[in-house]
Amino acid sequence: MNAFLLTARLDIVESLRARWFLVYSLVFGGIVALLFAFGLTESRVLGFIGLSRLLVTYIQLTMAILPVFVLITTVRSVAGDREAGVYEYLLALPVGLAAWFWGKLLGRYLVIFLPVFAAMLGAVVWSLFQAIDVPWAMFFYYTGLLAALAWCFLGIGMLISTLARSTDVAQGAAFLVWLCMLLFLDLILLGLLIQGRAAPEVAVGIALLNPLQVFRTAALAMFDPQLIVLGPSAYVILDLFGRDGFRLYALLYPLFIGALCALAGYWTFRRSDLP
Amino acid sequence: MIRFDNVGKDFRKQRVLDGVNLEIGLGERIALIGSNGAGKTTLIRCLLGEYTHQGKVTIDGREPRSERTLVLGRIGFVPQLPPPLKMPVAQLVGFAAGVCHSASERILAVARRLGLEVEAILARPFNRLSGGMKQKLLIAIALGRDAQVLVLDEPAANLDPEARHTFFSLLAERLAGSTMIISSHRLDEVAPLVNRVVELDTGRIVLDDRVAEEGALAALFQVHLTFTRADAAITRTLAAWQFADRRAGLEWHGTVAGADRLRFMGVVARYVGLLARIEMHALDPAVVLQ
Repeated sequence: MNAFLLTARLDIVESLRARWFLVYSLVFGGIVALLFAFGLTESRVLGFIGLSRLLVTYIQLTMAILPVFVLITTVRSVAGDREAGVYEYLLALPVGLAAWFWGKLLGRYLVIFLPVFAAMLGAVVWSLFQAIDVPWAMFFYYTGLLAALAWCFLGIGMLISTLARSTDVAQGAAFLVWLCMLLFLDLILLGLLIQGRAAPEVAVGIALLNPLQVFRTAALAMFDPQLIVLGPSAYVILDLFGRDGFRLYALLYPLFIGALCALAGYWTFRRSDLP
Repeated sequence: MIRFDNVGKDFRKQRVLDGVNLEIGLGERIALIGSNGAGKTTLIRCLLGEYTHQGKVTIDGREPRSERTLVLGRIGFVPQLPPPLKMPVAQLVGFAAGVCHSASERILAVARRLGLEVEAILARPFNRLSGGMKQKLLIAIALGRDAQVLVLDEPAANLDPEARHTFFSLLAERLAGSTMIISSHRLDEVAPLVNRVVELDTGRIVLDDRVAEEGALAALFQVHLTFTRADAAITRTLAAWQFADRRAGLEWHGTVAGADRLRFMGVVARYVGLLARIEMHALDPAVVLQ
């Protein structure tokens, strides 16, 4: 096995033994279990019944939890490993920096994406056993959205980890990034518009640059194709991209941001002190 | 073989290495000594390609930073503080063997020689092992492959006397074809292991001296001690050296590794007021090998 795959496996094994992973898996597994327990599959809201309702709720909750979880755990473990001397030892072994960085990224990606996906898959399998209709198109698209969102925030987390020299700074920066994205969700933007402090194009532009907002809008579009709940912003978005174009953009844009940040992180990692 | 050409390193505005020039040839065993903050760890990290720096570090003309896998494939490293890895021992050994193109079994064989009960710890997380066990395993990973350069940072600090002797024997087996850099705060800890001493102070080399060979690293000495009266402190100390009490705490018998003689004498010197007699005989090498 080459150094890249060995590093990925190493990171997976380390993560599986970490407490954060246990909490992380329990949170997402717990959300699905709670949604079933509270009978969301039986409820009817705005015409949504069955598993669609559960998936819509799950994706909204995931949007709130996944990014901050990924950011904090990634920067904590990477910067923490560096502080604790893990890098001093493991990077004294003959493993290339590219193999190390990208192997770690792959391992970490699998560890953060699989529990989220497994929880959703578990809901689908349960529905099949209960003879509840499974909205496959929604399931596959949401899987893609979650994969893109996880990659996006993992890339951002790795960039912060390579820039910050201590766990505290890395954690603070990660939290700040998440908070900024949260602040620029559409409610804040609409507030700005109402106060006349920003042009509508600027507000929609910021929303389309915010991976969280892109994810949220794409998730909404699955059950509200006209994006009526967004109000006038919907016209700008749909005129600019079209319905399918926006759905594609919502998948590709976070992937692009994640890849860009990961590349910047790798570039920094290669040129800086390792331990 | 190893060259440091005007190597400098700053952390923020603090100069940690200040124009270090050093050449280390094949077969040399260097004691890298100096107080805390002298620059020993920084110099080692530059050699391992972990730090960016001014100047140039090369091993056989190759730079560890730009040709990591080639250069580090020839360096075995034992850190002073074991990393807090959560992975099981088998996983760590497998990873190290994989990237070093060695075999797990070869590493584990060295660990067994150092006195580790390997089978019992394979599934245990590395960070749950005792300090001595971690040290033995890290030494086994460094020595269980074809490393031509050994970089050891206080390598024997956590080892019991028996493991120290085995460790010195393992180093002795590699004397001909390898270079060793052993970092320590204290010269007496490493003096018997080395044939050259380099002292760093505030990032500069202040001493570079060759020392006389002390004989075979693998030598073992039989020691008899007689005290004028029994003492609890002596009992504790000698028990830690695995000495046997022959007469109610008055006479003690045990073995000391050749490389540990200076250290042992330093320990015994603490009780010189009660020491009546000391005998030290070199054991027959054939007996030692058995």
